[in-house]
Amino acid sequence: MMKKLFVTLIAALLSFSAVAGDAPDVLIKRVSEEVLEIVRQDKDVRNGDIQKIAALVDAKVLPHFNFQRMTALAVGRDWRSASTAQKTRLQAEFKMLLVRTYANALTSYSNQRIVFRPFRMRDGETEVLVRSEVVQPGAQPVQIDYWLELADGQWKVFDVVVAGISLVTNYREQFAREVRDGGIDGLIASLAAKNKSLEVTANNRAAR
Amino acid sequence: MTLQAGDSIRRLKRLLVLGGALLVAAQVGAQDKQRDPFEGFNRTMYSVNEVLDQYAARPVAQAYDAAVPLPVKASVGNVFGNVGEVWVGANSALQGKGGDAGITLARLLINSTVGILGLFDVASEMGLERYNEDFGQTLAVWGVSDGPYLFLPVIGPRTSRDFAGWAVDTYADPVRSIRSSNERLSATVVRFVDIRAGLLPADRLVEEAALDKYSYVRDAYLQRRRNLIYDGRPPRMDD
Repeated sequence: MMKKLFVTLIAALLSFSAVAGDAPDVLIKRVSEEVLEIVRQDKDVRNGDIQKIAALVDAKVLPHFNFQRMTALAVGRDWRSASTAQKTRLQAEFKMLLVRTYANALTSYSNQRIVFRPFRMRDGETEVLVRSEVVQPGAQPVQIDYWLELADGQWKVFDVVVAGISLVTNYREQFAREVRDGGIDGLIASLAAKNKSLEVTANNRAAR
Repeated sequence: MTLQAGDSIRRLKRLLVLGGALLVAAQVGAQDKQRDPFEGFNRTMYSVNEVLDQYAARPVAQAYDAAVPLPVKASVGNVFGNVGEVWVGANSALQGKGGDAGITLARLLINSTVGILGLFDVASEMGLERYNEDFGQTLAVWGVSDGPYLFLPVIGPRTSRDFAGWAVDTYADPVRSIRSSNERLSATVVRFVDIRAGLLPADRLVEEAALDKYSYVRDAYLQRRRNLIYDGRPPRMDD
């Protein structure tokens, strides 16, 4: 029993160090492959089982994202005027909204193929762009780009750009307006309300 | 096809005068600091469009999407894409991208022959990339700024510059040169439905992701255009 645990622990450590050393393009390729493989095999995920999708995203995708930077980017100038507590809440609500958007994209997966564009990176660069294309029969390929930054020896995604549209900065004007109308707390409340309504819709859909 | 190319160029010449006038209008607008000075009007038009879309365009697109098998849908898209390649190539050339123009011409030749009049996109399978160019992008490359944002029912979102560009694109559109008015109308409708059907997956995304759908669509449109103008690699704008 102890031995088995020990072996598992070693294996986990080994895979962790391999992950930490991954180059940005290798990291993105590996994570997308893993996620798509699960989606291909798991019917519940494709049918929109939100619990399962959330678990999948939590385990496979979220560890490679820098949500603080993403939230700061989406909020823009007003981020600096937010208190630590407000920042934490903003981050949590924004994360939930993005996870739902991402989960939605996963359920519409059918038989697309991801093609990665040649990746170039200069020595010492700490911010890079990994470019890919989703190819599907009978439709124009969709460009999906990932911006990653190096922090503490790990590459983390801070922006995802689909067909030229940043899922993060596209919120900037909407967030700025919320802050103008109701302050940072107003924005937090709006995001929370939005997440709540999405949860209700998802539950209704599941109940049907 | 060469006839159509000649036709397009002749039209382009005639249009430069009109284009020039529109350019001036767009430039004047660009001095306005705000990107969306007509937001009130645009929001009204957006609501009108939502109703039209809900009761007409979306149901038709959904029916088309459900009823037409994938290979046929792919061919419809391919044919319209192929017909548009002359104009795409012309715009690449006007933007000084000779190499892209050459590839587009090669695509046209290959898909019109081996691809049986554009039904099959053989060129893409051979690794010849399809470029996305239009006259609005050409104007942007020539230095024309966005100008005020406008949203109109059915036509959708445009910057003023892209409105001018779109007017030129429409004028140069080969579908316009179809003689029979019935066939011309059919081609226009089929293309509209094909484009709307292609946008169906985006509906739910906007519905779920946006706090304010109008702003979300506007900002997505502006980012998308910027991406196309920079051919898929715009510099980051993070303040």
